[in-house]
Amino acid sequence: MAVESQSHPSQNHLPYVLILNKPPPAFLIFGDHFYNSPKFHFLKAYESPLPLPQFLLAHAQSVRAILSSGSAPVTADTIRLLPHLRLVVTTSQGLNHIDLAECRRRGIAVAGAGNIYSPDCADSVVGLLIDVLRKISAANCFVKQGLWPSQGDYPLGFKLGGKRVGIVGLGSIGSEVAKRLEAFGCSISYNSRNKKPLVPYPFYPNVVELAANCDVLVISCALTDETHHLINKEVLSALGKDGVIVNIARGSIIDEKELVRCLVEGEIRGAGLDVFEHEPDVPVELFALDNVVMSPHNAVFTRESLEELRKIVVGNLEAFFANEPLLTPVCLDDQPHFSG
Amino acid sequence: MSTQSVSVQSSNTNTIMNNISVLMTCPMSEYLEQELETRFNVIKLWNHSSSKSDFFKNNSNFIKAVVGNTELGADAEMIDSLPNLEIVSSYSVGLDKIDLDKCKEKGIKVTNTPDVLTDDVADLAIGLALAVSRKIPVSDQFVRNGNWIRGDFGLATKFSGKSVGIVGLGRIGSAIAKRAEAFNCPISYHSRSKKPNTNYKYYSNIVDLAANCQILIVACALTEETRHIVNRKVIDALGPKGILINIGRGAHVDEPELVSALLEGRLGGAGLDVYENEPELPEELFALENVVLVPHVGSDTEETSKAMADLVISNLEAYFKGELLLTPVM
Repeated sequence: MAVESQSHPSQNHLPYVLILNKPPPAFLIFGDHFYNSPKFHFLKAYESPLPLPQFLLAHAQSVRAILSSGSAPVTADTIRLLPHLRLVVTTSQGLNHIDLAECRRRGIAVAGAGNIYSPDCADSVVGLLIDVLRKISAANCFVKQGLWPSQGDYPLGFKLGGKRVGIVGLGSIGSEVAKRLEAFGCSISYNSRNKKPLVPYPFYPNVVELAANCDVLVISCALTDETHHLINKEVLSALGKDGVIVNIARGSIIDEKELVRCLVEGEIRGAGLDVFEHEPDVPVELFALDNVVMSPHNAVFTRESLEELRKIVVGNLEAFFANEPLLTPVCLDDQPHFSG
Repeated sequence: MSTQSVSVQSSNTNTIMNNISVLMTCPMSEYLEQELETRFNVIKLWNHSSSKSDFFKNNSNFIKAVVGNTELGADAEMIDSLPNLEIVSSYSVGLDKIDLDKCKEKGIKVTNTPDVLTDDVADLAIGLALAVSRKIPVSDQFVRNGNWIRGDFGLATKFSGKSVGIVGLGRIGSAIAKRAEAFNCPISYHSRSKKPNTNYKYYSNIVDLAANCQILIVACALTEETRHIVNRKVIDALGPKGILINIGRGAHVDEPELVSALLEGRLGGAGLDVYENEPELPEELFALENVVLVPHVGSDTEETSKAMADLVISNLEAYFKGELLLTPVM
């Protein structure tokens, strides 16, 4: 493969991978060598004093690939400033921060995390759900404050077994959730863009009907124009006062104001939330509630998943520069739009 | 027989039962108290705590049944002081608070509440394992304290695929195994003897089990043999990356050894529902983020509490009507 002429040739002619205005989370945890490879260098916009558009203009001719993460969106504006861009690799599960339509229009390939996060995300759902029903975090607090001897028995929780679980988005993560919760004696039903012919679980054509027929609603779908505020007043009302909602997908899939109101007024039983509309800001009304369990968007942040991620990020980039097939390509024909 | 006679007969039965004195050892379930009170003459031991010896002098002859739980059951002293005791119906599956030998000696029937609480206890075991591995309570606190705005959380440990070792493969142990399998966890176990009809790997020695698993879950009955079955050797074998989950009895674990192992980093983490001296706990555990503590809530759900109470009632009713016990221990 001939080395493309570059306005800023690297010392040993290695291609550049551009990182935009935020470092990927793994850099903050492990250091910025985490995705190192002998086959490419990183161009780190976040280290430059230049504002992003100027940085992009300065380096436009060098960039054929971007390494993105959820906090550093790949917008149409960014894409237009990089005429040689042919690949976006993202470290996140979600793709809503990438203008997929623009990528498709320009023939830019996108590579994601594949299914590496599915077990951890599913574990997060189950962990949050059991915590909400059995009050694990709240009881842990109670005990560690030394209240057990004086205040006696803790309030009763609710049984998980036999609960009807409705999964919104039966992709890889949703399927892993289903498999786990079945072992606890739950029954599974789902709503997805399309009914899945080989799946044994009952399908509901809309989320309101799904919510009306389940005790636990699990959100594991992508954030798109269609799914923005999908979980609204009507859905929460259908879920009802014995219902629990668990969201490990994207905060904006739920109308957060409405969710908070329902929780505060006892219109649903509880919630397990890893994601919020305006992270890291979380509605303060939730802090007073012990039927809500929250986590800081960390469903994928295990040592094991990040090590898997490292392999596929480096693998995808190395494959790209060697003109080999990507490890985890995203099929852009299939992707619904998200206007952001 | 005319309908009228039948209803008189039924009310006669109820009248007879209302005269039967049942001793409840401690508050355990308001629902159970209420249901017992509609059927029997209920005597609440905790209302007589100041004058226990007087109480026993005045009431002991009348008491035909004891309803106990994991806190206070029917030990030798109590059994000896109730000369007309015929049945102990425990609001628990565990029998460690009942002197079974004494009951056998005196022909006293014993019932417990198996099966109805199996799911809840198994669910809690997995819930605690997830809570410790994935730092869920720590995450929740992090968000509530406003720390997310100040910075990132850091890493947790994956649960799926971790090897799970179960001490005691009875009803609860098997239910735990079934759940863990759905997370692709390889399962191994230790019990008094190898169980037929399972594919799980058996270890005749608990230290070997601990050395060969990442998450050790205690789910056996408390007996003379299993007291302190999790001792320093087992804890050290489990190791600095290992996690101990105890949903059995506090006495299964050498608690001071557990505490020092956690403080010294010789054990990776622990999720505990039971303790040697409930409700007193070693306070050194309170500050540890790799430890999740819940106050003996293994079967404490609305659904299961009711099911357990119903089973206690059904057993007592069956006994006093001369019918077969539903869940006799012996």
